[in-house]
Amino acid sequence: MMNRRIFLKNGSLALVSLGFAPAFFTRAAQAAQTKRKVLVTVFQRGAVDGLNMIVPFGEKAYYQARPSIAISKPGEPNGAVDLDGFFGLHPRMASLQPYFRRGELAIVNATGSNDPTRSHFDAQDYMESGTPGRKSTRDGWLNRYLHAKEHEEASAFRAVSLTQQLPRALQGTAPALAIDQLGRFGLRAGDRGDMMQSSFEAQYAAAADSLLKPISKEAFDAIRHLESVDLAKYTPQNGAVYPNSGYGQALKQIAQLIKANMGLEVAFAESGNWDHHANEGPQIANRLDDFASGIAAFAQDLGDGMADVMVLTMSEFGRTVSENGARGTDHGHGNAMLLLGGDVKGGKVYGKWPGLEREQRYEGRDLAITTDFRDVFSEVLGGHLGTKDISSVFPGYSAKSKLGIIR
Amino acid sequence: MTNYTGILGRAVGAVVALAVVLLAPVVIAQKGPSAVPRTSDDATVAHVLNRLGYGPSPGDIARVQQMTVAAYIEAQLHPERIEDADLKARLAVYPTIGLSTAELARDYYGPAEQLRRAEQRTQANQPARSAAGAPGQATAAQASGQTMAGDPAMAGAPQRPQDRDQSPELRAARQKEQQILQDLMQARLVRAVTSERQLEEVLVDFWFNHFNVFSGKGQVRVYLTEYERESIRPYVLGNFRDMLGAVAESPAMLFYLDNFQSVDPKAAGRQADEQAARLQQAALRGQGRGRVQTPRQNAQGNQTPAERIQQLRNRGLNENYARELMELHTLGVDAGYTQADVIAVARAFTGWTIDRPRDGGSFQFNAVMHDNDPKVVLGKTIDAGGKADGERVLDLLATHPATAKFIATKLARRFVADEPPASVVDRAAKVFLDTKGDLREVTRAIITSPEFFSTEVRLAKVKTPLEFVASAVRASGTDLNNPQPLIGALRSLGMPLYGAQPPTGWGDIAEDWVSTGALLNRLNFAVQLSNGQLRGVRVNVRELAPNTSETSRNALVQSLLHGNASQITRDTLARAESPQQLIALTLGSPEFQKR
Repeated sequence: MMNRRIFLKNGSLALVSLGFAPAFFTRAAQAAQTKRKVLVTVFQRGAVDGLNMIVPFGEKAYYQARPSIAISKPGEPNGAVDLDGFFGLHPRMASLQPYFRRGELAIVNATGSNDPTRSHFDAQDYMESGTPGRKSTRDGWLNRYLHAKEHEEASAFRAVSLTQQLPRALQGTAPALAIDQLGRFGLRAGDRGDMMQSSFEAQYAAAADSLLKPISKEAFDAIRHLESVDLAKYTPQNGAVYPNSGYGQALKQIAQLIKANMGLEVAFAESGNWDHHANEGPQIANRLDDFASGIAAFAQDLGDGMADVMVLTMSEFGRTVSENGARGTDHGHGNAMLLLGGDVKGGKVYGKWPGLEREQRYEGRDLAITTDFRDVFSEVLGGHLGTKDISSVFPGYSAKSKLGIIR
Repeated sequence: MTNYTGILGRAVGAVVALAVVLLAPVVIAQKGPSAVPRTSDDATVAHVLNRLGYGPSPGDIARVQQMTVAAYIEAQLHPERIEDADLKARLAVYPTIGLSTAELARDYYGPAEQLRRAEQRTQANQPARSAAGAPGQATAAQASGQTMAGDPAMAGAPQRPQDRDQSPELRAARQKEQQILQDLMQARLVRAVTSERQLEEVLVDFWFNHFNVFSGKGQVRVYLTEYERESIRPYVLGNFRDMLGAVAESPAMLFYLDNFQSVDPKAAGRQADEQAARLQQAALRGQGRGRVQTPRQNAQGNQTPAERIQQLRNRGLNENYARELMELHTLGVDAGYTQADVIAVARAFTGWTIDRPRDGGSFQFNAVMHDNDPKVVLGKTIDAGGKADGERVLDLLATHPATAKFIATKLARRFVADEPPASVVDRAAKVFLDTKGDLREVTRAIITSPEFFSTEVRLAKVKTPLEFVASAVRASGTDLNNPQPLIGALRSLGMPLYGAQPPTGWGDIAEDWVSTGALLNRLNFAVQLSNGQLRGVRVNVRELAPNTSETSRNALVQSLLHGNASQITRDTLARAESPQQLIALTLGSPEFQKR
């Protein structure tokens, strides 16, 4: 893996050759010329019940295992929204059906991590580090991607998580930002903020430190660039309405960053509250409504821009095939991922379906996994983001299956 | 290079005299080239205070000059001899930090957990609503989805979707439960800022991080208080093998790295068979309940007997602790151990478990879970049987040359430089081996070395967020009435206390801590602190900078930066229009980010 220090050295050499134009603007300008691909990852923390999200209404065993919480077949009251005659969307995700029809939305089913853990913490950790079973991996898979495709025009907003803290997936030595509110990014120094900012900027421009100096330049350039975009006045296009949730607002801000040509390449958002051990029905309905309408609003807002953007969703594991005595589901294994965007060969549910009969289940209870999650990630990194060296992102792993999910 | 001074000289002299007769090998170790300078100019003393502790507080430099640098180092190596009455008084307001895990579980964690379980049962008994749910607006709590997402430290904890619906009793109980971690975090900051035993605090931070556990993983938060107090703190200047053993037996580590559920697969099969037989007999007697529900699983709904038996059978060896024990706690990565060694070590630690792991229980060796067959670890046969299998593995690893090198490197990285010179690492590693892991001597070898005092390494380290925050509060002579805002500051600076997720802990080189977002947050912290925007953390502005005159500015450069400021930094200070701006520009300066 390339050392950050070396990277910066190379980066500053490049800047010298560009003369004294503010590095960030130059890079952003270049970025605008070469159409940048963007990956938006959404983590459904808490383990969404994939079987009620992507409903296998063609399975008898599904209805047998879930007498009170199964989603009815399409056409019945509150029934699933048909996708391909076997799978359907939860009715509250109907807003996504047109994208499936138009071939922009794909599902990967029965996917996940082969590690057997049913701990939220460990499973999230493994999915974000990208190294199931290996706890001591320090960086996340998205951060290793940033290293695998280092380039000199990388902007300070190349990788942004719309969360308070940087998620594990983006942690590592490549620069990545955690911003929960774009409007709060910057120096907050009160009345004489300008004087304070220019003073700090002058101090750091003169700093002897080989790291602090270039990083501070990026930071101050980034502040200026963000200031030039009127954040408060943002109006989503094409009549898109984002949910008012933190997750919906995160997606809205990602759209803002994309449209402002900030050089965004990898974005991260979270959607929580999926751990429905009891009384799942009404709760998951509301959560899926929020989840799906956020993605639909994002795609609507970006419109043609979706040609270069891909949304990829994930959750740490699925839930038990059978409902429990509390009309909920417990921690399981395989789950479903959604991929939406111009590069997606959509309109199809991918992944070998293992079936839900008891003997077809993982350990007799859960949806089995037929596609390693790293296979999906690898195809996205390779096909969508154009990464050549995927082996450094998933060290020691080589893809087991080729889904052909990217155009 | 042997200009011993004062106390240190006499101490070493006495050891040498004794050792000539008794402990010949130890002599070599202790005779490392102490390079503690006789002179103690401001810059040298500031360096020592920056490295051994969280930077100078007002008056510290003069005090150390008076007692000599050598005497200060020696005193810091014996924290038990330092009276720290002020700290004791300050810590008295945190009731939970002195309690045992059993007490915390009974009085702080248990009540909340019981109410949670009860509420979940109630909810399960409510009449079913439509599976698809009525269309319409999600509730605020559901829509925000922030229970987990908003607090990454809790990312792995089970969510409570009904947070806003919970009863006042549960809310109160949960608040009490959260006090455990709150007290611990506040106490950590109070110690870093105010303790006279600065080296001990730095070492607790170092060793906790070396043996990292994460507060957001399940029940770790209940075990954390006792872990730091009983498994880390007593040993930071003690023996490495003792700390390694204490950590290996700590419920915090057993839970965090899953060893508590590591079972000899043969034993798992036996237990599953026994359970199956029991159920069959019960069914024959007509007592079968149809559903098997253990108390621990009532939050998880229920299981069929077949599922329960399958689950028993599926248990097996968990390699996580074994792998990290070698990779992170002792030998270091690429030290030559193999996957076969990992499995052998995991087998040796089967049965090292926790009695009632989800209810704050204590360490227990469970012989039924243990694999008693001989194992080969790093070419040595381990055949002690029972708990002693694990003990022999710890003995082997604690005295291994790779461990000595690994620990010496990490300590030198912390105290000397991001890429510490091989000379100091080799010397410290030799002391580690010669003294069988005496950490006082290993630490001494590093902080009295010529490499440590070399002017090249001065201000070569970028402060971690904790070092930055604590040193800013110390240097400005700020009275810390309430450390709460500092906890939030550390979170936004990317270093939440007890919040490092992976077992590697936080990184310790500049690259780990310098990024655009983090830098802006440092500047914002400097501004907030100077402006008095952090409630309970009030800078004494009048004392630090009565006005913005040149005299005031020079005094500030002296007191906060010890004279080390670029001309540009000095020039920008002249632009400040208020003492608050002056202080902010100094604490936010690039010079103050280094130690």
